[in-house]
Amino acid sequence: MKLPKGFLFTSRYRILKRRLHPITKEFGLTFYVLRKSTLAVIGALLVCMFLFLAIFGSRIAPYNPYEVKIRERFIPPSKTHWFGTDKMGRDVFSRMLHGARYSIRAGLIVLVIAVPIGVLLGGIAGLFGGWRDEVIMRFTDVFLAFPSLILAMSFSAALGPSLFNAMIALSIVWWPMYTRLIRGQALSVRETDYVEAARSRGAGNWYLVRRHILPNCLSPILVTFTLDMGWIITATAALSFLGFGAQPPMPEWGRMISDGRIYMLQAWWVSVFPGLGIVMTVLGFNLLGDGIRDALDPKLRRITEVKWKQRTFS
Amino acid sequence: MKLRNYILRRVSLLIPVILGVLVLVFIISYVIPADPARAWAGPKARPEQIEVLRERYHLNDPVYLQIYYYLRNLVLHFDLGVSATTGRPVLTDLKAFFPATFELAFFAFVLAIVIGIPLGVVSALRRNEPTDHFSRVVALTGVSTPLFWSALLMQFLFYYKLRWLPAFGRLSVEINRYTGFVLLDSVLNWNWSAFGDAATRLILPAFTLAFYTMGYLVRITRGSMLEVLESEYVVTAKAKGLPQRVVIYRHALKNAIIPPITVLGINFGWLLGGTVLLETIFSWPGMGRYAAGSIVQVDLPAMVGFTLVAATVMILSNLVVDIFYSIIDPRVRVGGKAK
Repeated sequence: MKLPKGFLFTSRYRILKRRLHPITKEFGLTFYVLRKSTLAVIGALLVCMFLFLAIFGSRIAPYNPYEVKIRERFIPPSKTHWFGTDKMGRDVFSRMLHGARYSIRAGLIVLVIAVPIGVLLGGIAGLFGGWRDEVIMRFTDVFLAFPSLILAMSFSAALGPSLFNAMIALSIVWWPMYTRLIRGQALSVRETDYVEAARSRGAGNWYLVRRHILPNCLSPILVTFTLDMGWIITATAALSFLGFGAQPPMPEWGRMISDGRIYMLQAWWVSVFPGLGIVMTVLGFNLLGDGIRDALDPKLRRITEVKWKQRTFS
Repeated sequence: MKLRNYILRRVSLLIPVILGVLVLVFIISYVIPADPARAWAGPKARPEQIEVLRERYHLNDPVYLQIYYYLRNLVLHFDLGVSATTGRPVLTDLKAFFPATFELAFFAFVLAIVIGIPLGVVSALRRNEPTDHFSRVVALTGVSTPLFWSALLMQFLFYYKLRWLPAFGRLSVEINRYTGFVLLDSVLNWNWSAFGDAATRLILPAFTLAFYTMGYLVRITRGSMLEVLESEYVVTAKAKGLPQRVVIYRHALKNAIIPPITVLGINFGWLLGGTVLLETIFSWPGMGRYAAGSIVQVDLPAMVGFTLVAATVMILSNLVVDIFYSIIDPRVRVGGKAK
């Protein structure tokens, strides 16, 4: 897809005036509405900051996150050590900067594995129906019947505890949710008049998927994707906390909380700051996700559209 | 009559799911690189001992035979096997651990409803006022805070620093267990000091769990209330001059309550299964800790047993939600076809 000039930062007027590909127009509009919401902007800023730390965190960290200095253990937060030091005298702030990338990587890997599986299976189930639908949905039911954390724990125990295996385990747990989502979308789109029209023109299944079903699934996927990033970051941290994910000395945030847990009384900062990091990140993704959902809500959108027309044509 | 048939049909849906769960757990056990028998017998076991264990749990047989043996025992004797690590029958273990988890989840659930739904309603009624902002911030924080971290913070604050509440275990004295539910048992024993002990020990974990669920509840209730408040029948009711209380409770809330209830139904199953983290932190002798332990030890019978219970609870809570719909909303007819 060729993106036009000024795709992201373009005015609403331009977006509507130009004859764009429908998907491009859709995203341009969404972005425009999104910028109007303060909370969504805060969320976006938090997410951007987090992404920045994930990419450059290890370069701007003032100390080596693995270097053990037993003499400097449990120094409370100060000017030299912003977030204090842990039981081995390692700087908590530097460790957190290094750890940011593990969380984002976990979220991305899980979604990159889970979303395509969900789209494929959900699409097949919703579009074709019949026995294929029945088989796929019963299969997903089995996965959804498990408490997800327990299932992820079992898989990660089966694969051998490590951060990468925890991600794989989470992806195995996550795809059924997308399958359900996409199936629901496909079912509702299948019944619409325009799909009927396309069918009567002799359109094949592949055409329908490409031109009608997928574009209609994009916005719910986008919303769920953003909200799920927060979930997966928490779940990865939880797995690491329980010992099924990242192993020491890796500075993964959940692992850091769990390492500092027994020293809570003498050094609260070891566990508290990584936790705050998780809260801020998840909050950012939640705010952004809510914002995107509101921006995609046809009801709210129509209001903006009417306002825009009043402004431009009167 | 219709309702009974509907419930029977829904419960019968459990069977394929349980079969699937069984197959899945056995497959997990099959791909596990560690040898379960070796893990159970301990590092000092002799090869003969391991071989005996392997024979007893049919570990030498192919997966489908293992599943067959398990199913045969389950159906014929309602026997879930013997836990390889505790040495007790899994059913006994589950009976001992289930009430603890249920108690915790139940009180968290009640707390979340009692606080979350009114907060959501108030938030919707006073949209964009300070009250609304406050409750939205509370809700968002609840949703975004990892459970294990908030549990640690609560423990740190209320136990270590303020010394207000106990933070470990479920009960410090021995009482006769009739039901396994400590609060109920202490009342049955007429032992009020034990009741007080159990109740104060319940506060911290239940509140932590409730805070998390509450966040979702506030968000969903607020959203669905806002939608209903704009609808024509609410406007009509207001225009008719009905008292505000009647408009809010009879007209708006009754219609807005369905999405929050759906979320609750999904969440209750999750609460039961997802208490692993809390139980580990608060040394709560419940199913979550049992499950975590059994996963670490590759204790297959315990894993399967736990999963079966969790899956059953999840499906039953969804069923209760569906039946609840038909009580609130007469248009939803359980068992009949829509329209």
